[in-house]
Amino acid sequence: MNETTVTGFESIVKRIGDLPQALHGLQDVLLANLAMIAEIPAPTFAEGARAAFVQERFAELGYADCSIDEVGNVAGVLSGGENGDVRNILLVAHIDTPVAATVDHTVVVQPDRVTGPSVADNSLGLAVVAAMPAVLERLGLSLRSTVLGLACSRGLGRGNLEGVRFFLEHAKLPLQFGLCVEGVQLGRLSYTSIGMIRGEIACEVPEEYDWTRFGAGGAISTLNDIISRMLEIPTPDRPRTTIVLGRIEGGTSASTIATRAALQFEVRSESGATVRQLLEDISEIIEEVSSQSGADIRMTVFARRRPGGIAFTHPLVRRTRRLMQSLSLTPRLSPSTSELSAFIDNRVPAVTVGLSSGESLGHRNETVRIAPIYTGLAQLLGIVLAMDGGYCE
Amino acid sequence: MSWLANNTFHHSQFDLAELEQRKREAGVTISLCIPTLNEERTIGKEIVVLKSELMERHRLLDEFAVIDSGSEDATREVARAFGADVYSAAEILPECGDHRGKGENLWKAIYQLAGDIIVYVDADIRNIHPRFVYGLLGPLLSRPEVSYCKAFYDRPLAESGRLRPSGGGRVTEILIRPLFSLFFPELSALIQPLSGEYAVRREVLEQIPFPVGYGVETSHLIDVYHRWGMSAFAQTDLDRRIHTNQSTDALGRMAFGILQTFLQRIDSLEIIRDLPELNATLNQFMVDQGRYEELAHEIRVLERPPMIELPAYREKRSIDNTGA
Repeated sequence: MNETTVTGFESIVKRIGDLPQALHGLQDVLLANLAMIAEIPAPTFAEGARAAFVQERFAELGYADCSIDEVGNVAGVLSGGENGDVRNILLVAHIDTPVAATVDHTVVVQPDRVTGPSVADNSLGLAVVAAMPAVLERLGLSLRSTVLGLACSRGLGRGNLEGVRFFLEHAKLPLQFGLCVEGVQLGRLSYTSIGMIRGEIACEVPEEYDWTRFGAGGAISTLNDIISRMLEIPTPDRPRTTIVLGRIEGGTSASTIATRAALQFEVRSESGATVRQLLEDISEIIEEVSSQSGADIRMTVFARRRPGGIAFTHPLVRRTRRLMQSLSLTPRLSPSTSELSAFIDNRVPAVTVGLSSGESLGHRNETVRIAPIYTGLAQLLGIVLAMDGGYCE
Repeated sequence: MSWLANNTFHHSQFDLAELEQRKREAGVTISLCIPTLNEERTIGKEIVVLKSELMERHRLLDEFAVIDSGSEDATREVARAFGADVYSAAEILPECGDHRGKGENLWKAIYQLAGDIIVYVDADIRNIHPRFVYGLLGPLLSRPEVSYCKAFYDRPLAESGRLRPSGGGRVTEILIRPLFSLFFPELSALIQPLSGEYAVRREVLEQIPFPVGYGVETSHLIDVYHRWGMSAFAQTDLDRRIHTNQSTDALGRMAFGILQTFLQRIDSLEIIRDLPELNATLNQFMVDQGRYEELAHEIRVLERPPMIELPAYREKRSIDNTGA
């Protein structure tokens, strides 16, 4: 790294210090985007209505060549200068939410916060990606690089990052950098992905079941047995590993023995080998419980991530940390299992950052704070400027 | 071509940039008025969405005003925080007194606001979108003979957080449309005559009286129809509007007020003669532990005169006594 490079980058650091104040002038467009996007239901695999709206917004706010591809991604292009030094930066936010379409999606905007399902995860990220051309124009910032805005579909749950993977595999432009934008939490910095498998264990007891057999409590009781044994699986501290029991459902009423029950779970580890070993352990538990109880127990794995990423010392991570610190943010380093994993698999250097603080995540009263958004957006602009200036490679 | 076919629009027929251009060419100014009473949960979103798209990104609106009837919640503070001009209805034309009611706010807006066209949008729209304004302005900016454009919707009501497919406009279908069909059949072509969103040219607004309470929309339609005919009207389909449902009791009170206004109008137009003096008390009933209790609601229709008749207005707008 030569001195000119440092000086050039430090001018960006200096410049973004003043941005949060300047960005207040963009409050209306940001909050309007956020409210209108968040009020359109977009459960994974049914994001069409929100995608159509986002495509319209991309075009209205300054992206060119806005399109929706065959898996439902919305993409737009903000062309850079034509001086041969061009880089392509992919700015990404997922379009889908875990919220059912039947839930009331009304958003409430108050002077200090915005509340409603999915406002933080990830309508705010999407609102900012959509507004990026307008933000750059308002601030008088022109880039040499081309920025591709991507609202990617089918990211969550069984979506398994299908949208962003499809885009990365079929992108016509070579991508130098990826920047994943999440609504919360401001200060988050992810540059690695952990190994992960996400699956479901479904337990079904036939109606004509022999209730004198072992496990005669029904499907819930049998699933409970599996869970107890899963919790006994030793997980190492290093590499850091955890089994997440995320969602459970089963039965029909308090007085009826359940014939069906299902558990959704994730196994996460910094080591891919550990993930594979734990998956084998769980498979053995299922096999054993199934043979003992006679229940039909099936495991389906519907999402996988490989561990990987760029180094802590990679210029992109180093520059991002410096930019965050200059805005008085303490980087909270954490691995990701979201869009970043797809960049890692495709060997495109990328980071994930958050835009604001929020609470009640995943609930109907999910809330995002307005004031920190300007700092989060300044951070994002700083990273884009650093990528554009060639300071991250 | 029928009025319905010729004067019914869909918001998708209008493009914001094109409307902005037409507005410039017409040399008109446009004010948005949102009448409020305890709307702190919806007013913030309504302001940021409409102001962002219609004042900042496109210069369709020249003025953005909230006229409040004395909210006891944070409506005025929230509206100010997001940059709207906030007025208390009581402080506009104080010499004329103050009545509580949506019609009062709409009437006082004519005095307070400067636009050649005023767009009225209710504050309780939960799925607010710029189309609620530009969809109404489209016909006025495209067709000079249109002076009054009314919204209509596919209106799901929101109850207990779940959407129902339809069911809005009960007062319209049970009361207004039958009455219009009996006495003003042409007006029954208005699909949602009671919708709270409409855009109107000032020269029409200032010449019609305003009931203070429930009957304001009904009286507008009859008065504009009587003076300017059906060609002055247009209506725009704004797709879906989500709002809070009202109880049947509340709709009963609304219907009572509207009916009073309607009967007074057909009386003054001499469509029905010798109308007796109307009782102003509506009786409703509630059951409390097996006992029926009578609830008497006194609902009197107060009416504001055409704004053009107010000396203060004529002075403010520099209108001389010959009407020039």
